[in-house]
Amino acid sequence: MVRGATGRDPLNAFITLSEIPPRGPGRLSGITVAVKDNISTQGVETTCGSRILEGYVPPYDAYVVDLIRNEGALIPGKTNMDEFGMGSSTENSAFGPARNPRDPARVTGGSSGGSAAAVASGMARMALGTDTGGSIRCPAAFCGIVGLKPTYGRVSRYGLVAYANSLEQIGPMAGTVADTSLLMEVISRHDARDATMQDRPYFPKLDGDIKGIRIGIPAEFFGKGVDHAVAGQVRKAIGVLEGLGAMTVECAMPSMEYALAAYYVTCTSEASSNLARFDGVRYGPASDYKKPWHEAFQECRMQHFGPEVRRRILIGTFALSAGYYGKYYGKAQVAREHVREDYARLFRDVDLLAGPTMPTVAWKIGEKSDPLAMYLSDILTVPANLAGVPAVSVPCGTVQGLPVGLQLTGRAYEDEQVMNVAYAYEQGVEA
Amino acid sequence: MVSEEEVQHIAELADIGIGRDELPPFTRDFNAILEYFAVLDRVPGGEAGTAEIVNVLREDMVTPSLPQEEVLALAKAAEDGFIRAPRVM
Repeated sequence: MVRGATGRDPLNAFITLSEIPPRGPGRLSGITVAVKDNISTQGVETTCGSRILEGYVPPYDAYVVDLIRNEGALIPGKTNMDEFGMGSSTENSAFGPARNPRDPARVTGGSSGGSAAAVASGMARMALGTDTGGSIRCPAAFCGIVGLKPTYGRVSRYGLVAYANSLEQIGPMAGTVADTSLLMEVISRHDARDATMQDRPYFPKLDGDIKGIRIGIPAEFFGKGVDHAVAGQVRKAIGVLEGLGAMTVECAMPSMEYALAAYYVTCTSEASSNLARFDGVRYGPASDYKKPWHEAFQECRMQHFGPEVRRRILIGTFALSAGYYGKYYGKAQVAREHVREDYARLFRDVDLLAGPTMPTVAWKIGEKSDPLAMYLSDILTVPANLAGVPAVSVPCGTVQGLPVGLQLTGRAYEDEQVMNVAYAYEQGVEA
Repeated sequence: MVSEEEVQHIAELADIGIGRDELPPFTRDFNAILEYFAVLDRVPGGEAGTAEIVNVLREDMVTPSLPQEEVLALAKAAEDGFIRAPRVM
């Protein structure tokens, strides 16, 4: 198996290039849909961007894979990602970083960076990504495409390799709002095998009519750490929405102060539990069964997990440990409540919130070596995951030639409206 | 501040292993991240309420599962319908 950038895949968008044929004609006939490598594909290696799953071939399809194949989609391969979804640049892939089609010296964003690069470069028309704290929206913004993190519970996670169950969702990515919406329509089917799922399928409503819609602009989304040029570009995009008849309201989201800390405590805690299953015994590289089990597992996990995965397991184990649980995990759950309450309060007055998806444009590969600096780039995307509400990133121009994303966040189960406002913007700009 | 010994201890609890040369950078990054988490001390209120999300449970019925051979084929050390694992005792 050839890994890394090749002639066929110069951006290293794919970990495995292997065509998975459609099962029937349908709404995705003739369409290529790339699938992130943490979503199980029967008979095709699924690595999660990790050496610990290298060679793992799932014996079943994730439900979303079932659904797209039944609708006629052709899957060109499995896309590159930060190991287990842990990262914001796709530099944490065990198989080398994906490269941004707009500037190959720069990151794609992450963790669904391969999916974004595949769509932005034309290697696939659509893609499935997963979003735990921004992993669909960040690479969509950096590569200049559309990406939706659906409402929590609207897309089945059956067959998704879990990293942080209470936060993550599978979602659609594509070059246009209409394509993103079509893919969302196909994958939002009820599945009893995901106990957190609600039977509330998505019915697209893309008429572009947003007259009278009230859009809140939280001051914190334009605060410290947000690049001025990026903020200016997003303000311009909000001006376009006003021109289409939307009313904007300045507002505040005070829980943003601790949302990022709450997110990282929660996701690392869940990861420390979820990733305990990777011990090389039932699948993946073999643990040395002649050794005592602690020694065998430590050896296997140290050798096959990358540094960021081990760092997060370490933090999560600490945050859940006796004596620290209340200070970290307990407090993070209280903070998460405050984030939910902030959204509930704001959504009594406005229909939607708008702001930048990312505080900056795509950085250079290798530029951010400090893990905390990388975490801070997620500040604008994590609140939607903490509250389970839908959020889309739609391209809104460039800064110094690099794409900027406008993020629109809505009430739970109002993915349709979020997508319609994104559609109105996209059409309004083209007109 | 968390010491290198504590980081080593947590790494052992989590079975991730840690090399001698990794300890100083892991401890440094760990402390920088914990310092950032200190913002949670300012969060008002002490107890999280129960979220409105409810579990959707299915009936407890036997349904087909994956064939044993297919699943065992994924393990590197399968033998006679079992998987060899490191010894516990």
